[in-house]
Amino acid sequence: MTAAEQRHEVRLTVNGVPRRAVVPARRLLSDFLRHDLRLTGTHVGCEHGVCGACTVLVDGRAMRSCLQFAVSVDGAEVTTVEGCLRPDGSLGPVQQAFQDCHGLQCGFCTPGFVTTITAYLDDRPDDHPDPNAEEAREAIAGNLCRCTGYQNIVAAVQRAAEIRRADRAEASQ
Amino acid sequence: MSTRIFGEPIPRREDPRLLSGQGRYLDDLGHGALAAAFVRSPHAHARIVDIDVSDALEVEGLVAIYTHEDLPGQVGHPLPLLIPHPTLTQARTPYPLAKDEVNHVGEAIVMVVATDRYLAEDACQRIRVDYDFLPPVVGIEQSRAADLLVHDDVPDNVSAHMLQEVGDAPAAIDAAPHRLHLDLDIERSASMPMEGKGVYARWDADDRSLRVYTSTQASTSVRAAIAARLGLPLDRVEVVAPDVGGGFGVKIMHPWPEEVLVPWASITLGREVTWAEDRREHFVSSAHERAQQHQVDVGFDDDGRLLGLDVTFWHDNGAYTPYGIIVPIVTSTQLLGPYKPGAYRVEFFSLYTNTVLVTPYRGAGRPQGCFVMERTMDAIAAYLGLDRTTVRERNFIQPEEMPYDHGLVFQDGRPLVYDSGDYPATLEKLKKLVGWDEFEVFREQARADGRRVGIGIGCYVEGTGPGPYEGGFVKVETDGTVIVATGLTSQGQGHQTAFAQVVAEELGVPVDKVVVTTGDTRRFKYAVGTFASRAAVMSGNAVALATRKVREKALRIAGDALEADPADLEIVDGVVQVKGTPGATIPLSTVAVLSNPLRYAFDEETKRATQFAAPADVDKPPIEEGGEPGLEATAYYSPPRSTFANGMHAAIVETDPETAEIKILRYCVVHDCGTLINPRIVEGQIHGGVAQGVGGALYERMVYDESGQLLNASYMDFLMPYATEVPNIEIDHLETPSPLNPLGLKGAGEAGVIPGSAVLSSAIEDAEGIRITRMPISPSELYHLRQKESTTR
Ligand code: FES
Ligand code: FES
Repeated sequence: MTAAEQRHEVRLTVNGVPRRAVVPARRLLSDFLRHDLRLTGTHVGCEHGVCGACTVLVDGRAMRSCLQFAVSVDGAEVTTVEGCLRPDGSLGPVQQAFQDCHGLQCGFCTPGFVTTITAYLDDRPDDHPDPNAEEAREAIAGNLCRCTGYQNIVAAVQRAAEIRRADRAEASQ
Repeated sequence: MSTRIFGEPIPRREDPRLLSGQGRYLDDLGHGALAAAFVRSPHAHARIVDIDVSDALEVEGLVAIYTHEDLPGQVGHPLPLLIPHPTLTQARTPYPLAKDEVNHVGEAIVMVVATDRYLAEDACQRIRVDYDFLPPVVGIEQSRAADLLVHDDVPDNVSAHMLQEVGDAPAAIDAAPHRLHLDLDIERSASMPMEGKGVYARWDADDRSLRVYTSTQASTSVRAAIAARLGLPLDRVEVVAPDVGGGFGVKIMHPWPEEVLVPWASITLGREVTWAEDRREHFVSSAHERAQQHQVDVGFDDDGRLLGLDVTFWHDNGAYTPYGIIVPIVTSTQLLGPYKPGAYRVEFFSLYTNTVLVTPYRGAGRPQGCFVMERTMDAIAAYLGLDRTTVRERNFIQPEEMPYDHGLVFQDGRPLVYDSGDYPATLEKLKKLVGWDEFEVFREQARADGRRVGIGIGCYVEGTGPGPYEGGFVKVETDGTVIVATGLTSQGQGHQTAFAQVVAEELGVPVDKVVVTTGDTRRFKYAVGTFASRAAVMSGNAVALATRKVREKALRIAGDALEADPADLEIVDGVVQVKGTPGATIPLSTVAVLSNPLRYAFDEETKRATQFAAPADVDKPPIEEGGEPGLEATAYYSPPRSTFANGMHAAIVETDPETAEIKILRYCVVHDCGTLINPRIVEGQIHGGVAQGVGGALYERMVYDESGQLLNASYMDFLMPYATEVPNIEIDHLETPSPLNPLGLKGAGEAGVIPGSAVLSSAIEDAEGIRITRMPISPSELYHLRQKESTTR
């Protein structure tokens, strides 16, 4: 027998909920989220950092969870696609925009786009409240989708910004 | 009907689930299962001398290691030849685990099962395989030369040789006033769905039954294959396609080695076993497509009308032919597009190489055929000094000539007969959309600014919706929910929405009452699969036919209850009512209760169906003769032959005079897929197809070196388009209903991808004035073409 792998305790806040698991040092954050925490919304399309399907927010920044070890984000605050819903459980602005614009087909790449766009729109102080089509396209230029040809995803970025603006307007009333 | 739902661009029913992370893809299942991993050949062609697993036995968490020798009987035999063809005389299919010899990098040799994937891969790394190297055959040229062989017993590397002829093309070409010869090549690409393949198997030893989840386009056929291979009664095997993260053809191939091995291991070990393909595995052990070399001889008159067309081509089928020769058959028939070829002769050779096997990728031989025909049209136009659209127009099959019989046999074994289509009208629309006639003005303006632009066109006809059949099951539940099942699978085409629209419209219920299941053999056992743009045509019509049966039954039962003639009844918003008589109504949910005469009630509502609930005709049986309980029906749709969709694309490109960078300025699509169920879904299909067409034309290729190593087996190096590479796509529709099926549907799944290389080569050629004869084309290739051209001038 080879020596059993040394295991480490990892504590994170995921979608606002404190979570912990004991895993080997080489456990990828993507596998940790998917298999240890059973949050399977985060998908793995390449495991080499190119497709963006595994994108999650780590302390508010979009990161590729296939390129991180779970142990390296110990103590962080992580948001996955499951955490992009509204507090009442309905679709969040970015998710709603995807449905409105038919921005997904098979849906496999979609969680990575939802998190990426969420970070893009949230990216303060460099906020992007109203991206034009070109900026919207640029915002998603690091994520691969094999189904949609991106046109409706570009539209969804703009639609999401619109929903958020409406939300804010409502909140400030 | 209150509001029409068929034909409306309604939002998809599947979206909220998929958007909130609640999708269930293959690797989201089976958290507690054992994980499989494979030792795959690092060599393109070799004999296996020895497999030493001793080091791997040390690995913590190891459960089992299997090689070919461990597989009993049928399990280890070569995988089936799915589509035999009389000309496929030298079919070879792979073993699930290689026996003695490997024929491409990535071929599976050893299967390891461990408590998790990390550990299974640890064990794989400790397994040593000794090889005797054999010289590999890479590429069409080397295979044609046949100095080296892929399979010892296939002396010329030719798996199939096929010839079809209508008239005497060589004679017609000889006699023609003008003749041209063209050599046209297309390189390898692949489906590359974002989710790889995957299999998860659960053996229930008490029930002696097996459930297999697999990321497939053909769950019913996988089920049959597994039952046959593993020697299980068919009714003890269930196969479910969960949410599937894209297919594009590669998942229509089956059974993959893993689809046999993972279930077998699950039974053997009495444990759940799962395997999810990683990206590199997908590159080297799934399937590729597209590589073909073509020679064209064409004869035509002074107007550019075809008199004779003679095409010979060589198709690279990779190391094995489990899916038969569908791809080259499709090329050989579909290259004719919307044209009358005059006399036609087409011959192809399907060739073995020591590379990943070849099975259909969206388009399935059509992109190559379209490229060949459209390049030929452009060459004729250039030769005669005619506008490219004029030459096309003159060769079009006219609407009044429909149905048009080409006199050839299509991929479904049926005659190649176009059912309908209006090609002149399609072209007219496209010219308007892209501004064909005004382009020269734009070119002049651009030229004045030192810019180089060109316009291109590509026309295609696509045989869609081939048989043999699909079925649909429709049931109205006692709560008014309408349950629909069809056997074919979904990989993002929005079937749960589109089929719900068909049923809602046919039955007269709100669409949100309709729940559709696809690709689950527990729910529907007879099906063929999702390929060849057939799902909407086949299952759309099947569920429509089943719904019509349900409606008829509902009206009959409601007629009894309302004491009305069923002919006077209609169903609106889930309520049966007497036309023009307000008040006389009965909800479908109640009809469903009444449809099932009960002895025992289980709630308030079902009391109505018990024997003392209402006066009955005591001389008649509670269920009429030949009738069945329940408000449900099953129906099948089986077409006489394929229905033919068509479309035309145009693109405007700009090429950088210095760097030869190629930029698509506009991309226009006119598309006719008959009646539309949901225009938004159809447009999405076109967008995705165009993106793959652009990828195939400008970026994607499988780069094998001379030793058979795939040099770009990652997303880093295989250049799939990102958002920045795909142009905005402008779409216009034509709706010529198919006369072949009740809903008038034609398929739409592959249309977008077909003319990509044809259109973009046409546009680049127009911009550069240099003949483009092979695709894809990169800036550096264009740059070299320019240099070559300037030295030969
Ligand atoms: S899976 Fe992480 S970038 Fe592709
Ligand atoms: S929706 Fe299928 S990969 Fe993007």
